[in-house]
Amino acid sequence: MTGSMRLPGGGRIDRSRPLKFTFNGKGYTGYEGDTLASALIANGVHLIARSMKYHRPRGLMTAGSDEPNGMVQLATGARTEPNIKATQIPLYDGLEASSVNVFPSVETDIGAVNGLLSPFMTAGFYYKTFMPSQLFWDKVAEPIIRKAAGFGKAPTEPDPDVYDHKHVHCDLMVVGAGPAGLSAARAAAATGARVILADEQAEFGGSLLTLHREIDGKPSAEWVGSVVSELSGHDEVTLLRRTTVTGLYDQNYLVALEQKIDDLTPSSPANPRMRVWHIRAKEVILATGSHERPLVFADNDRPGTMLASAALTYMNRYGALPCNKPVVVTNNDWAYETARTFKAHGAEVTVVDTRKTVPEDLGTEMAHLGIEVLADSTVTGVSGKHRVKGVSVAAKNADGSGIAGVSHSIDADGLIVSGGYSAAVHLFCHVGGKLSFDDARVSFMPATGRKALACVGGTAAEFGIAAAIDGGAAAGAKAAQAAGFKPGRAGKGVQVADDRADGNVEAAWLLPSGTAPNRSKAKFFVDYQNDTGAADIALAVREGFDSVEHMKRYTLTGFGTDQGKLGNINGLAILAELTGRTIQETGTTTFRPPYTPVTFGALAGRDAGDMLDPIRVTNIHDWHVAHGAEFENVGQWKRPWYYPIDGETMHQAVARECRAARTAVTALDASTLGKIDVTGKDAGVFLDRVYTNMMSTLKVGSVRYGLMLHEDGMVYDDGTVTRLAENRFLVTTTTGGAASVFQHLEDYLQTEWPDLDVYLTSVTEQWATVTVSGPKARMLLERITDMNLDPADFQFMTFREGKVAGLPARVFRISFTGELSYEISVVWHHGKALWEAVMDAGHDFGITPYGTETMHVLRAEKGFIIVGQETDGTLTPYDLGMGWIVSKKKEDFIGKRSLTRPDTVREDRKQLVGLLPEDPGFVVPEGAQLVNNSVKLKDVPHFAPPGLDGAPIYGRKASPVPMLGHVTSSYWSDALGRSFALGLVKGGQARTGDIVYAPLDDRTIAMRIVDPVFYDKEGARRDG
Amino acid sequence: MKRFSVFSLARNAFSHHEDWPRQWRSPEPKPEYDVVIIGGGGHGLATAFYLAKEHGITNVAVLEKGWIGGGNTGRNTTIVRSNYLFDESAHLYEKSLQLFEKLSQELNYNVMMSQRGVMNLAHNLHDVRESRRRVYANKLNGVDAEWLEPEEVKAFCPIIDISPDARYPVMGATLQKRAGVARHDAVAWGFARGADARGVDIIQNCEVTGLRIEKGRIVGVETTKGFIGAKKVGSVAAGHTSVICNMAGFRVPLTSHPLQALVSEPIKPVHPCVVMSNAVHVYVSQSDKGELVIGAGIDAYNSYAQRGSFHIIEGQMGALRELFPIFSRLRMMRSWGGIVDTAPDASAIISKTPVENFFINCGWGTGGFKATPGSGWVFAWTLAKGEPHPLNAAFSLDRFTSGALVDEHGAAGVAH
Repeated sequence: MTGSMRLPGGGRIDRSRPLKFTFNGKGYTGYEGDTLASALIANGVHLIARSMKYHRPRGLMTAGSDEPNGMVQLATGARTEPNIKATQIPLYDGLEASSVNVFPSVETDIGAVNGLLSPFMTAGFYYKTFMPSQLFWDKVAEPIIRKAAGFGKAPTEPDPDVYDHKHVHCDLMVVGAGPAGLSAARAAAATGARVILADEQAEFGGSLLTLHREIDGKPSAEWVGSVVSELSGHDEVTLLRRTTVTGLYDQNYLVALEQKIDDLTPSSPANPRMRVWHIRAKEVILATGSHERPLVFADNDRPGTMLASAALTYMNRYGALPCNKPVVVTNNDWAYETARTFKAHGAEVTVVDTRKTVPEDLGTEMAHLGIEVLADSTVTGVSGKHRVKGVSVAAKNADGSGIAGVSHSIDADGLIVSGGYSAAVHLFCHVGGKLSFDDARVSFMPATGRKALACVGGTAAEFGIAAAIDGGAAAGAKAAQAAGFKPGRAGKGVQVADDRADGNVEAAWLLPSGTAPNRSKAKFFVDYQNDTGAADIALAVREGFDSVEHMKRYTLTGFGTDQGKLGNINGLAILAELTGRTIQETGTTTFRPPYTPVTFGALAGRDAGDMLDPIRVTNIHDWHVAHGAEFENVGQWKRPWYYPIDGETMHQAVARECRAARTAVTALDASTLGKIDVTGKDAGVFLDRVYTNMMSTLKVGSVRYGLMLHEDGMVYDDGTVTRLAENRFLVTTTTGGAASVFQHLEDYLQTEWPDLDVYLTSVTEQWATVTVSGPKARMLLERITDMNLDPADFQFMTFREGKVAGLPARVFRISFTGELSYEISVVWHHGKALWEAVMDAGHDFGITPYGTETMHVLRAEKGFIIVGQETDGTLTPYDLGMGWIVSKKKEDFIGKRSLTRPDTVREDRKQLVGLLPEDPGFVVPEGAQLVNNSVKLKDVPHFAPPGLDGAPIYGRKASPVPMLGHVTSSYWSDALGRSFALGLVKGGQARTGDIVYAPLDDRTIAMRIVDPVFYDKEGARRDG
Repeated sequence: MKRFSVFSLARNAFSHHEDWPRQWRSPEPKPEYDVVIIGGGGHGLATAFYLAKEHGITNVAVLEKGWIGGGNTGRNTTIVRSNYLFDESAHLYEKSLQLFEKLSQELNYNVMMSQRGVMNLAHNLHDVRESRRRVYANKLNGVDAEWLEPEEVKAFCPIIDISPDARYPVMGATLQKRAGVARHDAVAWGFARGADARGVDIIQNCEVTGLRIEKGRIVGVETTKGFIGAKKVGSVAAGHTSVICNMAGFRVPLTSHPLQALVSEPIKPVHPCVVMSNAVHVYVSQSDKGELVIGAGIDAYNSYAQRGSFHIIEGQMGALRELFPIFSRLRMMRSWGGIVDTAPDASAIISKTPVENFFINCGWGTGGFKATPGSGWVFAWTLAKGEPHPLNAAFSLDRFTSGALVDEHGAAGVAH
């Protein structure tokens, strides 16, 4: 049925601003202030969606975020979004929306054939079938199930929008701007406290936007207006509309999602589409209201079925009439307001009250209005496939367990249900709040008090407006006081006309109908979205899934996009009845963030593209870019990898750079190396404990290479230690390990050795470092410094302070290339000046800049390890042939005790070796595994695990093809004129000369084990 | 046990599904069992199942303080794979994967094993080197593995962004095609049903409060349902293993951390496989229900509270959007946390203990789900024989004294 259901007047819509939109390709008109849901109802559209499993026709059940049915695919192209609830979409001009998971259309959906199979498709049916073979599941059943599952579609293009994050502190965070929240915020704001008030709706007021009441003689809308205007006048108050607090975390940390742009207005950094607020509040007040529950009866899902509160909202707030002939089914007084309002708009209304008796005043009033009330009655069925046509009603029997007599059908075009209200305690539970079930209010409510957290109004199952306002005011004043503000005068209580605080709810869940749900052709829905019915819960109990968590998982109750806001309480109440437990004993499942779904892009915020992770560059970076360097990511750093010129390949460039290092002079930007200043009178003692070798004996002005181990004795990091002064050392670390080494050292200082007088300062970004390396390095340096560079005076592994290129500098004689090298450090922002001076001075020596790849080749030729390449956290210094660096004299150092463990002293451990491919022109891929015999990868059989007899794995060979180790580094060497590699081989140090094999995908490479030092074994070149 | 099949479903449809029996009984504990297993998660239930099936030991109780499958079994991202670097891990996880491949048939319970392939992405030269090392090692261990270049990554998972301009571009990936995902709850329930049918007592809401040890030998457990005698006891209590071992009077090298995961709203199929990235830290697959299932790293602090910090989730969403730009407008529907127990070498402990006839199975860290059947199989063997099976011999407690660690995280940096 379509046609205008817009009421002639009323509502909070702006009738002067009509908006055009389409739904399923058909054009409609609504007004500014509508949601997509209210605009559809005003246009008489009720069939909006199909359910997940049976593809049942479905309409709107609610007017808020608890909507289980009315999900649409919103917008098209790059801005399309699946599964958005029509009840939460503010209407805008040009809006396009369509039904999800329907084919070919929501009216005639082929998937509805599943309804015929529903006798087989009970809860968990998929666990019981589709498994004659894994192949059948893989090829037939799973693809069908996957295709059927899911609602909307993901976009196919990247998101053009911008999202943002914001971090704030406040004295008081008030969640929800209904009567309780507004009142709490007002009371606290009056004290001068810094208050944030957030509400998921575009307009503050909560239930007062729907309920027409007089508060202290003023219409409720006016009361809302005056409070909001008072709040707006406070500088310290932040009002966040369209902002949902999605999670409450420990220590009053809240996360909220603000929707800043609802339509297709392009976003920008200055105007993001959404913003995630991170709020740390001294005090929190939850005024999140309550959720109305439906009732469970036969075919309680026909389009046109709606909660009483939602129907009232559509009429009062949006001026849209949901139907002309409603049947209102209720177990409480509150739904009568909806009946009364329908009647006022000329609808023909019947009330089915499940309670034994209807309060006298209501009965009288209804009779006066001409509304028929059927007390002590129940619903036994609903007809109408695409829209409610009739409602079958019967009187309940004496004990209320079944029906008395026969049902009679009432013509209807709408079915309005109310099962009472449940406190919205979600946020309270996010931080572990405990609940108790209140039998009088028929709602869970917060049980345990939490520090600096209060629940008011509906959240505390206080359903009256006066109670909400007064309770909110008291809580607001108390919170402000707790946050250190002086409370103002206590306000007097408000007077609210027709305030029905007690709805006289009589608990009702599954209504009696004379037929058990599992024996009925009808469905008794509990979770609408997942098509979970009362029969499914009964089946779960029958099969032993009788804990609430098992029932949830087995039946999927609460798994939908509304996360059970609508159906969970009904589900667990039915479970309680079936298992003979109370609702309190049955308990709820765990409430988890987010309260409503949060867009991934908003969570990511600005952490996108280059801002995903900070890019760190050195002071010399621009020069590298200008000179055509290719870069490598090392941790967060961009490091020059190699500098191709004239279209060189990487191989050609690296060979040229290597040649320059061995024959002339080269420069490396070594600024990224981690640097830690270690100061204090116990600095030497401290370094003795963290390095394997002795550092406290180092002379001032000397440099020593060192290894750090983990407690397990395995190499962790390496670098140099320079004694700058008696109580001051400079420690260098690997580029990637800088932060973790610093933390590791701080950890030990603070937790293990707090008695040591040592202070650590990261100085990585205080010193830019240029390494000048090559036989002509001294000649170059002489041109830009007046330091004495005579190697007899300025010896290897010492350091000097002086001026280089006119800049104050620290010069270290350290070599990672094996050539004469000077590492020159200057203040960070002098880095580029130094680099350029070096380049100028070296011009006629043919100075060549080199990157990390050449650095790796040069050091490998010398057999120097790179931590993280030759090592992987499983190698001791001895495994690396570096026993010389482990002090025998020191009483202790980190990792020492592990070096004598039985496994650490095994002789067949993997050990570092040099490897020369028998084919000198072939560079073996790094990572290739090494084996004793020539095998082809394709011939390796599938792993056959040993069986019940406990026989050893492959006769103690460990693997189908036992592995000896692997190739850790492998390069072409210009200096050697051939390929070479470093690798790890079991017992390798004793196997020099042996041949091992690296099986690759297409061939197997024989390699000879050799000494890992390939170039200048005597170390003759380091002095130039 | 009444067998499940399409025929049993049809037959029961005619009797309005009123004749389905409980999938496992709810018995009161007997005074004594041959084996008591502490912990009714997937690993504990699998242990009971294989004790009964492979060793004929059916006088067994599984004690669960809450509801079965409610710990990490019900909280993980359901990834199953076996492409570990070191021999010891590769063999154990490969045994588990082989059991997974036949698990639905073995249990007569559809665990929805979906071998959609798992890709581990490489984003820098170090990743590439270590990934290729792992591929070569897997192949020599008889475990399927492939190295993919970026364009092959794109071909296998077309929605992934392999742009070289990315902050951390995709430089390749390892692929294990036999790997995939399975339905976690079904694994727990299927093992429970199978064990129960063979006589195992599954006792829920029964918390172990003490261990009775006489002359260095365990004789039973104190519980909230009274004393239960036991000839042997196996603890499979994940994060609470340290608490149980404390009762036994010895310490275990475990630390417990929160690990979070989340799902999107259900959408139509868009993601064909499982993608894991360590450098751009996130992993994601799409479930049979259509939800994207997303996880990443642990919270750095120690905790027993089953919830984590929000910034961890924000971090992984940045990574997710970087790899899958089309996911940006999808929405997080639900997030949760579990507590993972991690040993210093990030490998499991399946072992005898200083207390005679008391055995432990723990330390699965962030990756225990994939090991569920394999872990149960070897632990059942260990309990039955009193000695570790060759597949779990390397995972004994004494490795922390001998130094024979199985240090996967240091080696490959692969998320477990």
